[in-house]
Amino acid sequence: MPAALDAIAALKGKWPGVKDRASLDHPALDVPPADLLAVLSSLKADHGFDMLTDVSGVDWSVAASPRFTVVYHLFSTASHDYVRLAADCADDAAPEVPSASSLWPGADWHEREAFDMFGIRFAGHPDLRRILMWDGYPYFPLRKDFPLAGIETELPDAEVRAETKTGAIAAPMMGGPFVASPGEINLTDAEPRAKDESWTERRPKPGT
Amino acid sequence: MVSANSELTYNSKIEGEVIVSRADAVINWIRSSSMWPMPMGLACCAIELMATAASRFDIARFGAEVMRFSPKQSDVMIVAGTVTYKMASPLRRIYDQMSEPKWVIAMGACASTGGMYRSYAVLQGVDRIVPVDVYVSGCPPRPEALLDALIKLQGKVKREPSASKLLSA
Repeated sequence: MPAALDAIAALKGKWPGVKDRASLDHPALDVPPADLLAVLSSLKADHGFDMLTDVSGVDWSVAASPRFTVVYHLFSTASHDYVRLAADCADDAAPEVPSASSLWPGADWHEREAFDMFGIRFAGHPDLRRILMWDGYPYFPLRKDFPLAGIETELPDAEVRAETKTGAIAAPMMGGPFVASPGEINLTDAEPRAKDESWTERRPKPGT
Repeated sequence: MVSANSELTYNSKIEGEVIVSRADAVINWIRSSSMWPMPMGLACCAIELMATAASRFDIARFGAEVMRFSPKQSDVMIVAGTVTYKMASPLRRIYDQMSEPKWVIAMGACASTGGMYRSYAVLQGVDRIVPVDVYVSGCPPRPEALLDALIKLQGKVKREPSASKLLSA
């Protein structure tokens, strides 16, 4: 029996809140946020899953509840197995899970990115700041209710703002988003282009 | 009949040790012959910028081989790559730190217009925060295109009313 399945059976016995999760590849578990840190440390200490390869966030939709899920991928350098853990955040307005950075220092920047993009807070994180967008940026760009073009905001630097009199604008989409046709032999046809070219920023999108 | 003076060389017998020229011509000749670039390499265009400086394309032929990583010592900022909003403020600060006279080349689609990045994170053209003199198309442009932009900029510098600007400053 692979180490991952072994570990999963042991975890489910120990924490009744841990449930199997549908997965097409690696064994996966749903874990309640309250048990998350204990489950992660048990996987690390008792089952050889010593490497945290990824921490990421999911926003299912504005209407969904639970809306936010944090996903962890662990790898065992001994048995060369992956296992995936998913923790649904209980609060949709202020999503929060415990930080794994006490177990793996590498979780630090992964969690900062998930916080930056989704606004998921990681309790116990040593330095939970934005990592990609600038400090003070008011939105969480990968949330479903955030438009790809962005929302008009101010530039971070007050002096530069005063000097240039410009800010972050909603990007002109020109009929975008742009999609390429995969598998086209003819490169002219495969070129990325707007799905619907009937509207631009000068001609409004029909039916809106 | 007045014929054009086609003799371009310095004739020491006639002119002695004096050369007469326009101040603009002399100043602009000096400025355009040694434009020290500030390499603002932000994305893949920077690789082409490096290639432009390397032996095959050799930007030294046009007097611009001295890449200065100090804004105080550079004349032309080559914005090579995608400018994110987070980078926009440092970029403007570096431009402000460059001493006059200064010029800007927007190299490639991203620096010129935001390029393919129609997104919340990317400045839609560096001309929104700094005045651009020459835009280079391409994604990324070939080194020849950047050299062409440099030659175009030199042409522009040679037409500037430098002397009157210096006197009025």
